[in-house]
Amino acid sequence: MHVTVNGVSQEWEVRPNETLLDALRRNAYTGVKRVCESGECGACAVIVDGLAIDSCIQLAVQAQGASIFTVEGLAEGEVLTPMQEAFAENGSIQCGFCIPGMVVTATNYLEQNGMPTEDDIRHVFIGNLCRCTGYKKPVEAVLRAVGGERR
Amino acid sequence: MKTELTVIGTRARKVDAVKHATGRAAFTDDIEMRGLLHTKLVKGSYPHARVVSIDTTAARAVPGVVDIITHADVPRIPYTSAGQSWPEPSPYDMYILDSKVRFVGDPVAAVAAETPEIAREAVALVRVEYEPLPAVLDMHDAMSADAPRIHDEPESYGMFDAARNVAAHIDVEIGDVERGLAEADLVLEREYSVQYQQHTCLEPHVTICFLDEDLRLVVRTSTQIPYHCRRMLAFALDIPVRNVHVIKPRVGGGFGNKQEVVTEPIAAVLALRTGRPVKLEFTRTEEFTIARNRHPQHLRLRSGFKRDGSITANALYVLTNTGPYGTHALTVTGNTGTKPLPLYRTPNMKFYADIVYTNLPISGAFRGYGAPQGFFAMEVHMDEAAGKLGLDPLEFRRQNHIRKGDTDLMSAAAGEGSGKKPRVMHSCGLPECIDRGAQAIDWYEKRGKPGSGTLRRGVGMCILMQGSGVAGDELAAAALKMNEDASFNLMVGSADIGTGSDTTLCQVAAEVLGVPVENIIISSGDTDHISFDYGAYASSTAYITGTCVLKAAEDARQQIVAVAGRMMEEDPEGLLVHDCKVTSLNGKSVTLQQVALECLYGQEKTLVIGKGTHATKESPPPFVAMFAEVEVDIETGVIHPIHIVSAVDVGRALNPDICEGQVEGAVAQGLGYALTEEIKVGPDGRVLNPTFMDYKIFCSADMPKLTTILVEAEEPTGPFGAKSVAEIAINGPAPAISNAVHDALGIRLRSLPMTPDKVLAALDARERETAGAGAATRERT
Repeated sequence: MHVTVNGVSQEWEVRPNETLLDALRRNAYTGVKRVCESGECGACAVIVDGLAIDSCIQLAVQAQGASIFTVEGLAEGEVLTPMQEAFAENGSIQCGFCIPGMVVTATNYLEQNGMPTEDDIRHVFIGNLCRCTGYKKPVEAVLRAVGGERR
Repeated sequence: MKTELTVIGTRARKVDAVKHATGRAAFTDDIEMRGLLHTKLVKGSYPHARVVSIDTTAARAVPGVVDIITHADVPRIPYTSAGQSWPEPSPYDMYILDSKVRFVGDPVAAVAAETPEIAREAVALVRVEYEPLPAVLDMHDAMSADAPRIHDEPESYGMFDAARNVAAHIDVEIGDVERGLAEADLVLEREYSVQYQQHTCLEPHVTICFLDEDLRLVVRTSTQIPYHCRRMLAFALDIPVRNVHVIKPRVGGGFGNKQEVVTEPIAAVLALRTGRPVKLEFTRTEEFTIARNRHPQHLRLRSGFKRDGSITANALYVLTNTGPYGTHALTVTGNTGTKPLPLYRTPNMKFYADIVYTNLPISGAFRGYGAPQGFFAMEVHMDEAAGKLGLDPLEFRRQNHIRKGDTDLMSAAAGEGSGKKPRVMHSCGLPECIDRGAQAIDWYEKRGKPGSGTLRRGVGMCILMQGSGVAGDELAAAALKMNEDASFNLMVGSADIGTGSDTTLCQVAAEVLGVPVENIIISSGDTDHISFDYGAYASSTAYITGTCVLKAAEDARQQIVAVAGRMMEEDPEGLLVHDCKVTSLNGKSVTLQQVALECLYGQEKTLVIGKGTHATKESPPPFVAMFAEVEVDIETGVIHPIHIVSAVDVGRALNPDICEGQVEGAVAQGLGYALTEEIKVGPDGRVLNPTFMDYKIFCSADMPKLTTILVEAEEPTGPFGAKSVAEIAINGPAPAISNAVHDALGIRLRSLPMTPDKVLAALDARERETAGAGAATRERT
């Protein structure tokens, strides 16, 4: 099958029952995390044709021809996006396992709503479970990233 | 030495933040291994059964199956999975694989295959014949005369009374509780119950084992205890410690569930047998069913009080369900008593407990380590006592809480490990915690104003203490070497499992060595490095390993100033190390880089290596005053937490971002424990809710407003005055919310989680009671 991942066009051999999560990890996109495998936690979130989805509940073959962005595709070399910078700054990353999914989800959401309130962000993150932070600092990180982008 | 701190106390960026924000490969399963085999487990389908036979013929015939192991293929060596110091104070009652199933899901065989799919297919073809046995599915039945014996095998040892299914037992008394109760004006006796809680680390248990080019067993594993893991694995496999090399990559959450040797032994056996890399990774269902949980308990408190609010006696009995194995059985329940009981000045105290085996899921270490259970009971109990004495519960606590200079005798009587001795409080910031917390929640304004209508409001509070490491049972060793560019490699044995300890330890080293945090390159949790550590548990790393790194950095600093002194022809005694240079009072200076080059290539020809080891019998408690404001819907029984204020005495906040994060995360887990989380087990011993859909942890939209206040009552025995922070706050939400619900509705909730049905049942019971009391009054008149 053919996909474009983080701007790089590539051919994959996949099994018919393989999830997009498994195919991505097998192709070294290991920033996409395996946690629940049932679309409950958001740790495997990737952007497929402009929309953040849980890659654990989508078959790889469904992404035929799609353009996919993973967390690895956000930074340009050493230069982090404002969202990644904001997450790195205030201690909003603890174990880090949910963070790629949060960063991807929040990045995608800001493309649709550039002026979110704290409440908006708390609702966007309903699909991103975190067991470490209590969500306060990650939500603050997104708000800071918004402020940074506005500046 | 300079006195002003430049790195300690700052919100330094976490040293691992960028790699996580960019999703770089960092965790156990993020590497590529050529020829990796995938493991799937054959799991017992009865809560209690003997394995009569296992037929693997059909499974072995599946193309791509490389190996299958059963109990016949592993050493028959009893061990404990509890990652504790040697000899572990938990019974040796587990086997890598056994011919008996003691709970639903107990592994009986393991398949290694070329792909996970093949392994799964083969698992389905393994035929196991069982002889089902009667099971213990309620901890209250475990000790009864007709209960089936769960550990009847002769090899296991270290149980208190295996014939009665008692894994461990505690019985200590200080003073004379009966006399204390006789002297009391009020005797309050109440029972409390708490449930199984699952850690739900987002990264499941996962281990990759392989043999290196010298045929040593390399264990790349998601663990909190690299060094215990090395020792325990060598023991269980009956191979020398030197043949095991444990590497802890980044860990996606531990919370105690990875203070256990869980996936390592089976992966190791398969790697040794096949000579190929082998991975064993739990599925989410396996995390929920066969990993570890917080111990369920039934608690009974009997306490005596004087009219003036003083406490004459406090007796705690605990019945604990350890599940089929006694991992952390004694020590978790030990903390259920030794943490809450000494919080109140009481001349007479009793603490006794039975920790029993059942054929239910395995209990184990979980953040708080027995204290959440104990504090729920104690803090709801004290709140009720204060009310019955006509005292404000906050004033009652102010009057009775332990103070600086006091001695905790319970630690000496029932503490764990070799450090049993009275614990003197060198610092106690509780008064400030209570004052500032009360102000932040607006206690005096909001208390006792439930309002009317469907939604009622209330505020409640509790106080807490924990420890900083296991008193007398900790050792940390670290080494630090200086490079040409004034960077330093810091090797520690501790395990940063997301807590931020790598960052904090770098800050300690950077502060002493006068360099920015970026100059410290930390490597933690690799057993081939020059380091040692008991691991990330008991809130020990900042206090124990932090002091150890302080010593290592100080050792390196001494070597640096000696060389710099010779370079500048100055007395090393008066030299200052700061801003990447060494300066004298006469205004001379050399850069650290010059010193490093002089050491390595100049006249000195030496390597600056700082060494630190630290062990102590101290374990200073951090303290918390936690306040909760809730809104309760009296139609539905739903409790909405609105605001949680945590005022936390951390001694010194080495990094405020990290301290706040630990508190906020602990509060979130504590909220789940209080309100929504419970592993439910059916009558057949099966876990009924092994998914995030059916096991409800708090999500971002559920969270109340969080206010975290860091109080710094400097601890003289801690690094830069620091105590611990990681666990304590998890103890608070349950009692604070129960007490807030009482303020709102006048009902006492003594069973967790505080679900809507329990609220409605308590409201009904109160209504019946009021009606009954009314009838009784009429009868008398």
